[in-house]
Amino acid sequence: MTLLRAQNLTRRYRLPRTKLLGPAPQLTAVDNISFDITAGQTLGVVGESGSGKSTLARMVMAFETPDAGNIQFEGQDIHALKSAELRRLRPAFQMIFQDPFSSLDPRRNVGWSIAEPLRAMGMHAPERVAEAFGQVGLHPQDAGKYPHEFSGGQRQRIAIARAIVTRPKLLIADEAVSALDVSVQAQILNLLMDLQDDLGLGILFISHDLAVVASICDTLLVLQHGKALEHGAASDILNNPAHRYTQSLLKAAGDRL
Amino acid sequence: MKSLPANFTIGAVLVALVLGAAALSLVWTPHDPTALNIRGKFAAPSAAHWLGTDQLGRDIVSQLMAAARNSMTVAIVAVFLGGSIGVALGLLASAIGGWVEDGVMRLADLGFAFPALLFAIMLAAVFGPSLTNAVLAIAFINIPIFARVARASANQVWTREYVLAARAAGMNKLAITRDHILPNIAAAVIVQATIEFAVAILAEAALSYLGLGAQPPASSWGRMLSEAQTLIYLAPELAIYPGLCIVTAVLGFGLLGDGLRDVTDPRLARAR
Repeated sequence: MTLLRAQNLTRRYRLPRTKLLGPAPQLTAVDNISFDITAGQTLGVVGESGSGKSTLARMVMAFETPDAGNIQFEGQDIHALKSAELRRLRPAFQMIFQDPFSSLDPRRNVGWSIAEPLRAMGMHAPERVAEAFGQVGLHPQDAGKYPHEFSGGQRQRIAIARAIVTRPKLLIADEAVSALDVSVQAQILNLLMDLQDDLGLGILFISHDLAVVASICDTLLVLQHGKALEHGAASDILNNPAHRYTQSLLKAAGDRL
Repeated sequence: MKSLPANFTIGAVLVALVLGAAALSLVWTPHDPTALNIRGKFAAPSAAHWLGTDQLGRDIVSQLMAAARNSMTVAIVAVFLGGSIGVALGLLASAIGGWVEDGVMRLADLGFAFPALLFAIMLAAVFGPSLTNAVLAIAFINIPIFARVARASANQVWTREYVLAARAAGMNKLAITRDHILPNIAAAVIVQATIEFAVAILAEAALSYLGLGAQPPASSWGRMLSEAQTLIYLAPELAIYPGLCIVTAVLGFGLLGDGLRDVTDPRLARAR
């Protein structure tokens, strides 16, 4: 079942003017990208920095509006919704951020942070918060602690707990393990895969590191300068890269594959 | 335990001194600060009058204490009033962005262009000189200052990932401002408020000196200065005492504000 369908997404940014007269130059961050995400499956997006990965994530999260194309979540064009309708739909697709040190409010205890999406839905459900703590391998007694009392890996678990507390259908993970140690990376990736099996999550997994993406993705989208170089089953692309850029990414990943 | 910076400690002591005197004057002063005693004028310091009496025989210590109370009240009310409006405007500008933000910030620029004392004189000319008008004038000049500080700090907080996470959760901008933005800019606002407190004390003294602030018989450091002015060769101490009080209060709050900024700035905290 198709959860998310992106069609011909294009996003341009206006750059500072170089000449007093005439149009400002534009940068096409995302150029005519299409993809599907199926429930229970993971789409990996790889590319170097500046390839448009994060812009893609921001458009899927409806933080930004594409200049062309559309994104349908379960058949609804999320950029055509009114803001109140969009807010009602948001619990169904949640995001995990890159930096676990800035994705949690330092002035709020982690129980408060995890309960935030529920409050946004108008729910008071401490048992759901406790359940989310358990799902990510933390103790509910930690709810009263503040983010600085946790390690990077633990914080990322807390961020994941916040993302799954609404029981979403789709998770967007933007460089979710890039800031972590390699051993902690593996733990978090395992956690994500376990959660996917248990909850049937669709995952959009964004990374610059092909070694990370290869270990968990079903389909793969390789981006360079906002354009899709390759798109297809992860095993095909990894075993038989058609493009030199993909080959160089594979080389960079090296023995970690 | 990290040691506190010297400016914080010195500032805190001076502020405690001034606030203590002001608080004490609510319940007790050595004498009635407004009681005249022409026969006992220009008395030298003694056990009965610690700093002597002025040209009308009023006890100087009592006057200074009552004046501290008036000065603190004006500064608290004015900074709180102007600060609240300014922070609200800054948060609004930051949350909405676009032309609203531009509009609010250009209005703030306009506010900055007004010299504070001129504005107070204008208010006094239109509505008559009074302590209330002095408070309003000082509050008014605080609005753009706090709007700028709040908007600049809030803009930084809006880019944090925990704010994005709150948006992803479906929180609206008002809730995000209340839950995340305000708590995270509070330190910057409090530091600014402490510094503006010093400015407000100085402004109140200046307005009272010009006769646009506290009206007789209310005591005020600024008015004590202006009354002592004509006697400066005869009894210079009458001008020196309120002058020292103003310096103590302004220096105290200024140092405390600087110290608070150092304490709350994580970059400086790491350097210690």
